[in-house]
Amino acid sequence: MKQAILSVTNLEVTFPGSPNRVPVVRGVSFEIMEDEVLCIVGESGSGKSVTALAIAGLLPPTAKISGSIKLHGKELIGASAEEMRRIRGREIGFIFQDPSTTLNPVLKVGEQLTEAQVFHGLLPKGDAPARAIELLKEVEISGPAIRAEQYPHQFSGGMRQRAVIGMAMAGKPSIILADEPTTALDVTVQAQVLELLSRRQRETRAPIILITHDLGVVAETAHRVAVMYGGRIVETGTVDEIFAHPHHPYTAALLQSIPRHDLGDRRLEPIPGHPVTPTSLPKGCSFAPRCARRQGREQCLISEPPLEASSTGGTAACFFAGELPAERLSGVPRRVAATAAEGAAVKPLLEVTDLKVHFPIKRGLLQRSNSAVRAVDGVSFKLYPGETVSLVGESGCGKSTTARSIMGLQKVTEGTVRLDGQLLSNMSTAGLRKARRHMQYVFQDPFSSLNPIKPIEDIVAEPLRIHKLYDEFGGDKYIAELFELVGLSRDMFGRFPAEFSGGQKQRIGIARALSLKPKLLILDEPVAALDVSIQAQILNLLEDLQKELSLSYLFIAHNLSVVRHISDRVAVMYLGRIVEQASRDDLYERPQHPYTQSLLSAAPVPDPVRGRKRKRIVVKGEIPDPENPPPGCTFSPRCLRATDICRGVQPELTPTGFSGTAACYHPGPMELTAAPHAAQTELTP
Amino acid sequence: MKRLHFMMRNIAALMGYRGPALALIFLTIVVLLAIFADVLGFDPFKQDIIHALEGPSAKHWFGTDELGRDMLARVIHGARTSLVTAGGAVTIAAVIGVPLGLIAGFFGGWRDGVIMRVIDVMMALPGILFAMALIAVLGRGQIAALVAVGISGVPTFARIVRAQVLTLRKRDYVTAVESFGGSSTYNMFNTVLPNSWPPILVQIVVLSSVAILLEASLAFLGIGVPPPQPSWGEMLRAGKSFLHDSPTYAIVPGVVLTLTILSFDTLGRGLQTVLENPRRSSAKPTTEGAAS
Repeated sequence: MKQAILSVTNLEVTFPGSPNRVPVVRGVSFEIMEDEVLCIVGESGSGKSVTALAIAGLLPPTAKISGSIKLHGKELIGASAEEMRRIRGREIGFIFQDPSTTLNPVLKVGEQLTEAQVFHGLLPKGDAPARAIELLKEVEISGPAIRAEQYPHQFSGGMRQRAVIGMAMAGKPSIILADEPTTALDVTVQAQVLELLSRRQRETRAPIILITHDLGVVAETAHRVAVMYGGRIVETGTVDEIFAHPHHPYTAALLQSIPRHDLGDRRLEPIPGHPVTPTSLPKGCSFAPRCARRQGREQCLISEPPLEASSTGGTAACFFAGELPAERLSGVPRRVAATAAEGAAVKPLLEVTDLKVHFPIKRGLLQRSNSAVRAVDGVSFKLYPGETVSLVGESGCGKSTTARSIMGLQKVTEGTVRLDGQLLSNMSTAGLRKARRHMQYVFQDPFSSLNPIKPIEDIVAEPLRIHKLYDEFGGDKYIAELFELVGLSRDMFGRFPAEFSGGQKQRIGIARALSLKPKLLILDEPVAALDVSIQAQILNLLEDLQKELSLSYLFIAHNLSVVRHISDRVAVMYLGRIVEQASRDDLYERPQHPYTQSLLSAAPVPDPVRGRKRKRIVVKGEIPDPENPPPGCTFSPRCLRATDICRGVQPELTPTGFSGTAACYHPGPMELTAAPHAAQTELTP
Repeated sequence: MKRLHFMMRNIAALMGYRGPALALIFLTIVVLLAIFADVLGFDPFKQDIIHALEGPSAKHWFGTDELGRDMLARVIHGARTSLVTAGGAVTIAAVIGVPLGLIAGFFGGWRDGVIMRVIDVMMALPGILFAMALIAVLGRGQIAALVAVGISGVPTFARIVRAQVLTLRKRDYVTAVESFGGSSTYNMFNTVLPNSWPPILVQIVVLSSVAILLEASLAFLGIGVPPPQPSWGEMLRAGKSFLHDSPTYAIVPGVVLTLTILSFDTLGRGLQTVLENPRRSSAKPTTEGAAS
């Protein structure tokens, strides 16, 4: 039996609140052994981050901590500030979520990497620069000697997170805490960072506690998993067991509710309601109000189930843990819109031709613009009535700018946008205002897209009032109908946005977008800011609305799983251009462009067994500077099939032989990509 | 109705802090006395030469001045002068400054350039100097003082509103109104302006104190409100000649002036705290979706 490196027993954390203190962590116990990766997974408000901060002793002084946290048998709770500082410096490495704020912007990266060790006297000052270079080499940063002399702003997001990992591991800590280490990163960079993290873990054998909300990340990295809900651990087990046989209904429901890009399409089964917050814990089992397994049984409402051993070697906090869900992931395919094929007799609802949006960069005394960021550089696509077209890509690929310029929120440099045959680009302001009635925008962040000082019914009615259609459309009654349509109730009239949860706010945003009875909704990452269990609710709502109101969607997202779930056709964007577009199933099952292939293989799959079998390409490098794109095909520097022609002339979109088109000189299935050019890329079986 | 509810809640929140609460009580008393001075029978003009320059007594709580006029009555009526000047000045400053800031911040570009350069020029002139120049043109009188103080308050309003609008302009809910076809004017006045109230309100309170001080300074220099109309600054000026004979003459208006300005400032700071954390006391928003 291995010795536990860290053991947490009955940890409780409360924060001040009125009238009583708010319990954020309620009796968490777990152990972590040497060479183990433990993932703590949960939604916001589940107490997962607070648990990590408690271990590192980084909670604010207002927090009250009780229980026991033992590192190498030594109690950390009650240790003096001086003692904790010493332990943090030597024993615990902490990796924060946002690499852009973790590093001190005025300190050279090399100095920061070794700062703590020099401070704690573990490293002579003279050896620091050499050690910094060594550390950067360990986290695979190229040109470490030069990079060590640079400042954080000269690093890209992925490199910064690498540096942070290097920093966390610099002191050879006994344990590493990583709080959502890849949430702020793009999917191809996430894959690189996760791989680096697990490689360094294997090399150092230091255990890692990884906090995340992403079940895909869990499946790819964890050895053991602890699921948190309402401040407690509700289930633990090995990663394979958790995904194959979840005992707790929350874990089971969570797995049912997430869209997956590796599976044929299916209707999501959302968890009803929204996650409990520490201030609103129900009596009894905190999951009971949302639980499908409870079926009216009283016991769940009276007392909280203890965390007990389950039949497969893990633990689960459910009175009825033995009742495994009968149904596994169902594979009922969602219909693909009939008009999906291009060239159909129907006229396109939206037609974008050669759209370009350039942002000039003004330099010098005369403010002359001699170069420009080509945010969108020649995007063309058609959207037919009743279908969903998705634009997918990593940050900075121009997908949001495309959406905004279609909506008229962004000045178009070149190209045309036609809605229903009408040319929008050179319309008068008044004409444009009228035309906009037929397309509406749903924003990513429901927290900032609703006017905080207006009651919600006025927010939903605002478009009608602006177009002076309020009474014509039926006034109050119509607003109430809209509320019902999106799953809200009339009783909520008179309340303000701040009183609602994120999911509810997004429903309000959708109701507002629907109020003018538009034909087209532009959905800009509508679920990206929401909790996993809420995403499914909103996605299902969008699907239902599309059927009911025969809407067309232009869906903007970075999440490939969500896109697969909702789309009929998908266009993949890279650096301002569409590199491949195809019908959904063709794109996911027969991707032809190397970038699409790397995106798909970088996106984590919430299934550990399947995930291990998957063939993966981990592309090197990051998205180039859009101000100074590489010549020829913009993906060529990262591409494993790139040849001289790729570096010379930009490829055009050409038919792939399936339903779509791809902008690549060497399109083809992923299997054919082996060896010769693999210098740039790693193939990991 | 909703406005009233908001106001009541903010006032309730203000009363939770000791300093702002005391300031609010003091100012309420001053305002009420100033409004009802005549009803309460305070006559600032009734002379009683025999009892000139007396100290505080049961009959004259604050003593009398060199003409035997009741200082209490004069201080209360002086409050009226101060408050009217402050109110008028703040109104002028806000009515001109807020739309300027709104336009500059919302549209940016050349409008912003032109407006802000004009504001910069105005900022470069010291308020009191500008007021003196204006009084020289308009002649001595309450209106002149009021206009002068008001105009010198325009730049701060414009700048504060512009800064606020610049941050709001980027918010999704402003873009949202644009996306469903709201005009710029609609957006400016129905979305951006109502969300800019907190800093404007704070500035109104802060500028009130500045205006009162400026009015008193002008009166002290002898170019404010003409006598016999009572003014705190004027009383300070007259009272300083009798500091030996009747110290209360100068001290009382001085103390009241100081307390009033202090109260306005404290209130402004309190208001800022309250308005910046609007939902501290009411229903807590759920944290779902925010970074956990």
